[in-house]
Amino acid sequence: MAAGTQGSLNLTNEQPDRHIYHMDEDKHEIALSTKNLEVYYGDHLALQDADLSFERFKITSLIGASGSGKSTFLRSLNRMNDDVATVKGNIMYRGLDINSQDIDVYEMRKHIGMVFQRPNPFAKSISDNITFALKQHGEHDKAKLAEIVETSLKQAALWDEVKDDLKKSALSLSGGQQQRLVIARAIAMQPDILLLDEPASALDPISSAKIEDTLMELKKRFTIIIVTHNMQQASRVSDYTAFFHTGQVLEYDLTRKIFTRPKVQMTIDYVNGNFG
Amino acid sequence: MLNPKQSDKLASIILYTIAGLVILILAALVGYILVQGVPHLSWHFLTSSSSAFTAGGGIGVQLFNSFYLLIITMLISFPIALGAGVYLHEYANQKSRLIQLIRTAIEILSSLPSVVVGLFGFLLFVVQFKLGFSILSGAIALTFFNLPLLTRSVEESLRSIPDLQREAGAALGLSRWETVGHIILPAAVPSIVTGVVLSAGRVFGEAAALIYTAGQSAPALDFGDWNPFNTASPLNIMRPAETLAVHIWKVNSEGIMPDAAAVSAGASAVLIIAVLLFNFFARFLSNVLYKRLTATK
Ligand SMILES: Nc1ncnc2c1ncn2[C@@H]1O[C@H](COP(=O)(O)OP(=O)(O)OP(=O)(O)O)[C@@H](O)[C@H]1O
Ligand SMILES: [Mg+2]
Repeated sequence: MAAGTQGSLNLTNEQPDRHIYHMDEDKHEIALSTKNLEVYYGDHLALQDADLSFERFKITSLIGASGSGKSTFLRSLNRMNDDVATVKGNIMYRGLDINSQDIDVYEMRKHIGMVFQRPNPFAKSISDNITFALKQHGEHDKAKLAEIVETSLKQAALWDEVKDDLKKSALSLSGGQQQRLVIARAIAMQPDILLLDEPASALDPISSAKIEDTLMELKKRFTIIIVTHNMQQASRVSDYTAFFHTGQVLEYDLTRKIFTRPKVQMTIDYVNGNFG
Repeated sequence: MLNPKQSDKLASIILYTIAGLVILILAALVGYILVQGVPHLSWHFLTSSSSAFTAGGGIGVQLFNSFYLLIITMLISFPIALGAGVYLHEYANQKSRLIQLIRTAIEILSSLPSVVVGLFGFLLFVVQFKLGFSILSGAIALTFFNLPLLTRSVEESLRSIPDLQREAGAALGLSRWETVGHIILPAAVPSIVTGVVLSAGRVFGEAAALIYTAGQSAPALDFGDWNPFNTASPLNIMRPAETLAVHIWKVNSEGIMPDAAAVSAGASAVLIIAVLLFNFFARFLSNVLYKRLTATK
């Protein structure tokens, strides 16, 4: 931390070109961490030496310009990139390297859920959208399933809008409602960690605000990692923020530091909107 | 020089003219066949068996044969096409050499002239495997003819389901099999059904592949006997079975009954009506299924 001396009196104007917050395992409970993560699409190196730790029950935002590798990183965390990319390095979860060959990815994804940029409900009823995967995983108790439907829809702030019509096709919902349904579907699995890739980018401000409220509520129970292009959203909802630039994490710190006193010039430019 | 607006207008006029011409030709063709044939249609014509030498024969047996052969063909080809389509689109590594070879083979198979498929079926199944002129031989020949198109239509149907759905399944810890079986295939049902019904229309009208496989004779059937192992039973798949399309060809090329022209016109009208019905039915069915899938229940 040589370059990070008391910021206010930094007269030398010297700045590090990289600053990664290293979490102290004694002070923070770490839900997930990556070590030397590298992702290749064919020969193209899309992400390199990503070393990040994510604190439990906190929200971490991933920000950065288009093509900087945010989705690539996020999708690697629950192995959604297996078919398209080569992912090297370690992803530590509960003492296991979940990036290793012998991991049962289907089992792992029950613990690390994901929500995508575009809402993708199944062409099934609202309640079936939530119960389908649970049934496949062996939960057949009707009363219990009904209870899960209700609690997860409540947690996703959708319950009041759909409670009278749970048998309605999910495709008849609006985009914002569909996205909240998809979030409900993900949390119904009771994952530890929830990965969200720009979940509100296609939504109107009201739906978007609802999803933000939902996230704030959800972090009591889940660890959340969210990709967003919306700086206000990142600063409002998240505890930590990682700034991605051309396939590298240039700065990772507490959100309030990233948005008030970032240490890396690139980050300063990006969060202030004069990026070029 | 034309300005953009004028050239736009000119292009629309040309395109509309071409489209109109196509519709006109189609309408004239269908209209002619219907006008010629419909007056000969009667309940008697549709239900009685044909007669080789005397006037007043019907197409009852041929009509039944066409439908029965179609069902047997679909029973053989649909499961194969479904399996192949699902494998090719959901499982296979698209870049692998083998898969590209299979795709090329399917392309070639789909462009084989049906008369060649028929002769191949004759040599292999009728003669070599001693299946004789039979519904089974005909159904196998039609399967060769139908399989590539059906496989491709299954593949297209699966392609129309966005990858987002597959990712949704994977992100919930569902295996690929669970995702395909419970999410992708059900969502693809409307368009798969449309593909099946449309291909049924084509199979129904096929003649060349059947002349030397299902045969050119239509022995009288006993519609009281539904034991598939009896020779006169309509359900027997080892009996020769001239279909409607083959009958039309036969009557026109060597028919010696006095009312050959009338029989041919009537049978053609029935064939055209059946094929049109298949097309309308395909549309209707896919609309209904699509609505049931998406609309509020
Ligand atoms: N499936 C893929 N195949 C090949 N290259 C890919 C693929 N997905 C992403 N890339 C490349 O990897 C790099 C990072 O892309 P990524 O999608 O991770 O960016 P991103 O930060 O999520 O951008 P955005 O904000 O636009 O979503 C880009 O150069 C992109 O072209
Ligand atoms: Mg992205």
